[in-house]
Amino acid sequence: MKGQASYLEPGEGRGGFWAGWMLSTDHKRIGVMYLAALLSFFSAGVVLGLLIRLNLIDPGLVMGPQRYNEVFTTHGIIMIFLFIIPGVPVAFGNFFLPLMLGANDVAFPRINRLSWWVYLAGATMIAAALFINGHPPDTGWTFYAPYSIRTHTNVTLAVMGVFVLGFSSILTGLNFITTVHTMRAPGMTWFRLPLFVWTLYATAWVQLLATPVLAITLVFIALGRVFGVGFFDPSRGGDPIIYEHLFWTYSHPAVYIMILPAMGIISEVVPVFARKAIFGYKAVAYSAIAIAGVGYLVWGHHMFTSGMSGKARIIFSLITFLVAVPSGIKVFNWVATLYRGSIRMDAPLYFAASFIFLFSLGGLTGLIQSALAPNLNLHGTYWIVGHFHYVMFGGAGSALFTGLHYWFPKMFGKMYSQRRAKIGCLIFFIGFNLLYFPMFILGLNGMPRRYFDYPRRYFTGHLISTMGSWVLAAGLIVIFSNLIKALISGEPAPANPWGGRTLEWQTSSPPPHENFEIPPFLEETGEGKSGFRAGEAG
Amino acid sequence: MIARHAASRGPLVSRYGMWFFLYTELLLFGAMFLVYSVYRYRFPSDFHRGAMEENLVTGSINTLVLITSSMTLAMAVSAMKTGENRRSARLQLASILLGVVFLCIKYYEWHAKIIKGLYPNSPVLLKLPKGQILYFGLYYAMTGLHGLHLLAGIGALSFTLWLTVNGRLTRDNHAVLENTGLYWHFVDIVWMYLFPLFYLIT
Repeated sequence: MKGQASYLEPGEGRGGFWAGWMLSTDHKRIGVMYLAALLSFFSAGVVLGLLIRLNLIDPGLVMGPQRYNEVFTTHGIIMIFLFIIPGVPVAFGNFFLPLMLGANDVAFPRINRLSWWVYLAGATMIAAALFINGHPPDTGWTFYAPYSIRTHTNVTLAVMGVFVLGFSSILTGLNFITTVHTMRAPGMTWFRLPLFVWTLYATAWVQLLATPVLAITLVFIALGRVFGVGFFDPSRGGDPIIYEHLFWTYSHPAVYIMILPAMGIISEVVPVFARKAIFGYKAVAYSAIAIAGVGYLVWGHHMFTSGMSGKARIIFSLITFLVAVPSGIKVFNWVATLYRGSIRMDAPLYFAASFIFLFSLGGLTGLIQSALAPNLNLHGTYWIVGHFHYVMFGGAGSALFTGLHYWFPKMFGKMYSQRRAKIGCLIFFIGFNLLYFPMFILGLNGMPRRYFDYPRRYFTGHLISTMGSWVLAAGLIVIFSNLIKALISGEPAPANPWGGRTLEWQTSSPPPHENFEIPPFLEETGEGKSGFRAGEAG
Repeated sequence: MIARHAASRGPLVSRYGMWFFLYTELLLFGAMFLVYSVYRYRFPSDFHRGAMEENLVTGSINTLVLITSSMTLAMAVSAMKTGENRRSARLQLASILLGVVFLCIKYYEWHAKIIKGLYPNSPVLLKLPKGQILYFGLYYAMTGLHGLHLLAGIGALSFTLWLTVNGRLTRDNHAVLENTGLYWHFVDIVWMYLFPLFYLIT
């Protein structure tokens, strides 16, 4: 696989460095730029999170109550809308979807570039909302009405920024669905698709069908603030509960936008390092679709304490329990894949194992709060904060790190120190549990979430949690310094360091501009999903 | 050789994209229709009184105008398919002009309400019952968003007209016109629901 220039090297007639990247329609370059942006926002979000934790061991230590509200809101907005929702699909999806399909790009390369620009525009608007005159939003990342209509902070600009980001998300989803339908290599039938592709496909549908609801809801908030249209303002006949319904109609499926592609990464990594085919390929593929489908119908469980009829609550609770079934299928199948495999404990599998553990804890605590009786007690407490971070950070975040370590050699052609990655992963894992597990106990004991101050008896829990946040930060520093070092002075990586069997490992590391020197195809016979042979397309 | 870029795959791929985009549009308007139905259910008599303000004559004319514009656009697409580019260009121009007429009439309707003081946050409106405040809020938001979509459609159609006049669209290569047509019909269909909801159900 020698000869062609890698995508990292300048191509023909592409202008200077900035133009070569920013104007590029190469899905790989766009994916790498997204990754850089995501990780920058992630770092900003981590710093804000550390400040929140620091303030909680001695309220008022680094900020007052108003500033505290602004910081936790900003932490939420950055982490949710700029990091974890775009997250895996825009970075790894962009980079690997065409490679895994054996295509040379996504279906609409220029729309892909547009969605990257739109993402930057949305991010700029949100950044502006944080820094220009006035205060950053203080509503919480959920922008609950009617407070979001009345507060004097920069909510209008922030919600319009999220609206614009939604556009980017829709364009990416549309692009991915079309790509999966039309760009598969010859012989790449639906049930030979890598599982990561299945989850990207399911995610793309959720992006497509849920995001517009959020968009219009946020437009209503902006209309309320600018023109006084009171759809959610009780003094004008509006109903804030409708806002919650519309908001969660998007934002619950959005949870699956975050977690589904994360599960896809784990479904790729586990079989490679267990040296076995995934256990129950079809079940894992269908469960992705099932999670996306059922996940649409459970938004009401965010509102059990907001005012809802008993019947509606029972229905929402029941459907919420149902989501656990396909999620459970996935977890069991990963574990079953590891069972009696000849396991190679490389760094990506460390992160994947961390994902399985943390996600399972997050999922199981989710079951507790989806039952009505405990929910009424737990809903307004730190329990929810703990659950949410276990699923989103422990789940989606860990999976992003898994993907980063799994695909890093492919993306950059460099190898990192496995030993340091493993040490970093362990420190991260310990810090993570120290940081978030006490929140479950705090919540069970009644510590309300979003509060600036608290009675003395909650101090120990908060102290452990804050110390955990330092350990976690140390873990992140080890993980990322290792990767940055590899980027600068890492050993060259081979084309297929892990023995992966999906198509992206069949091209060189890093891949050439056109992805494959010889267009790949899959043989018509044989055990589909893992058997393939590169050759001239007929 | 695999050249799997959208362009080389023909119009199918881009039509996929347009249909998926229209799903998102459907949900965008869908959420508005949902809000409408909740509040209408809650304030039926206020919505009734609010709808009395609508001008049934201009509303009906506008409906006719928009249906006709869809028809001329459909004819423009089929003219393109038979290679009659000049005819197609004329029909596209007709659709654009009808779209502009629609917006002018819409402007007149909004204007008539605004001079009566019926606009969001106006002192007159805030004195009305809550259901009517919501009714007019929804009226402006929904017809406004629809109008913006039509404006975008006029922009897109002007672009295809420019392409047609310059001979860039041919019988075998006019996916952009067909997609613009799909979009235009969609915007038309949204109006088919807005019209009864605001003008006919009083």
